[in-house]
Amino acid sequence: MPRNSQDYSHKVAIVGASETETVGKLPDRSMIQLHAEAAMLALADAGLTIDDVDGVATAGPTPAQLTEYLNIMPRWIDGTSVGGGSFLMHVGHAVAAIEAGYADVVLVTHGESGRSGVGVGGRGPANSTLAGQFESPFGVWGPPSQFSIPIVRHMHEYGTTEEQMAEIAVATRKWAELNPRAMMRDPITVEDVLNSRLIAWPLHLLNCCLVTDGGGALVLVSEERAKDFPKDPVWVLGRGESAAHTLISQMRDMTEWSAAVQTGQDAFAMAQMTTKDIQHAMFYDAFTHVPMYALEALGFVKPGEGGPYFAEGHTAPGGDFPMNTNGGGLSYTHTGMYGMFAIMESVTQLRGEAGERQIDNLETSMVHAPAGMFSGTSTLILGNQ
Amino acid sequence: MAYTKALPQATPETQEFWDGLKRHELRIQRCQDCNQFYFFPRPFCPHAGCRSTNVEWETVSGKGKLHTYVISHRGFGPWAEDVPYVIAVVELDEGPRMMTNLVNVEPEPEKLPPDMALEIVYDDVTDEVTLPKFQPAS
Repeated sequence: MPRNSQDYSHKVAIVGASETETVGKLPDRSMIQLHAEAAMLALADAGLTIDDVDGVATAGPTPAQLTEYLNIMPRWIDGTSVGGGSFLMHVGHAVAAIEAGYADVVLVTHGESGRSGVGVGGRGPANSTLAGQFESPFGVWGPPSQFSIPIVRHMHEYGTTEEQMAEIAVATRKWAELNPRAMMRDPITVEDVLNSRLIAWPLHLLNCCLVTDGGGALVLVSEERAKDFPKDPVWVLGRGESAAHTLISQMRDMTEWSAAVQTGQDAFAMAQMTTKDIQHAMFYDAFTHVPMYALEALGFVKPGEGGPYFAEGHTAPGGDFPMNTNGGGLSYTHTGMYGMFAIMESVTQLRGEAGERQIDNLETSMVHAPAGMFSGTSTLILGNQ
Repeated sequence: MAYTKALPQATPETQEFWDGLKRHELRIQRCQDCNQFYFFPRPFCPHAGCRSTNVEWETVSGKGKLHTYVISHRGFGPWAEDVPYVIAVVELDEGPRMMTNLVNVEPEPEKLPPDMALEIVYDDVTDEVTLPKFQPAS
């Protein structure tokens, strides 16, 4: 009998979730240590220990490196590692694995010594890779010089402005002001963003995310077990994932995040929801234009309407579509593969644990993150009912 | 002075692209079934619904349009002395897009309107490697 993804909606829940004790500058902890710290805290949050885990998923280190460090031998592993959205994909994979009986208690971990570089391997593509042949020789030097390349085309096609993108940084900073863990909490203005130093025009410094250390982990179990934990379950209602390219020059359409269109449609179909059902959003903000592209691709606004939408304040505190309520990668923290922190804030909000920044009467949240630089994406729809 | 920036290392399926540049020819592949050009080099047509392996190398015009770009104000290693410099995506007249640097033009947004006409400049950075750079069309 053919199955469809709807059969897997609301079948698996997040019952444990925690970030590392602190995030920011952590030169006293190695990358893999951050994974383990977050894992133990997330398991404690669920009233479990490492010995209860029989499935692990991680990105950055391989699953084998993680199991070695934790000294466990699980029945199911997933090492999908395609950038910041990997952890969203792990959650989607965990739903299927748990439903298939491959594992009962799945641990998803993230840890990155992005700022301090403790226990981290080398970087940069080999000269014979596609990136090494067709991008590195032209002086690209990382995400600010590559993820940014499509922006000028969006400005040209739709009239999107630097001021509108600055508004995204301003709105996100307002959320960070409400988050005592956020690295950047001083108010900023559009002028501050536009006057901050140029990184790769049209990106200024304050259009760019932070670079920090930290980690986070999740524990997932089946519907049958989900009621037995200290905290109310956060249900996985929908998921979608894709990957399309790695070279930014090969992005199919510089004005549309086509992979996000697909992953949004898949997530909505699984959850049997539409944009109107989503009350809160965590749209990965490596740079200010990234959530703008996501908002358009996921169907919340029409193509080209993203810039004006942010400028109108919908996503800021008090707005009707709260987004990136932890302060985002722009102002809260950004270790390198920030997707775990995006999930974490959705869980925190859906549990009602967000303190001063808590969204009232929240039942649904969407998490969206890229796989690499516009390369692919993953979308999750989470809920607490 | 020795060139110290990153250099491409060709692989079997890209060798003709780099060999062509060394001869100051821009060589890309064209599908002989659907007639479309494509880039980056690979031994099959990447276009949806075609995927033919009947492909041939052709020398193309070296003309195109500025599709999108950034003006990098940071540069690492040997690039530090070049800032600000333009990392661009050119859309060739034959269709495909590729990354390049713009040369012989001021790195200012006002001087770089999207869709401006470009032409290739063969930059012989070493005895072995020529990089495809672009400048405003004459």
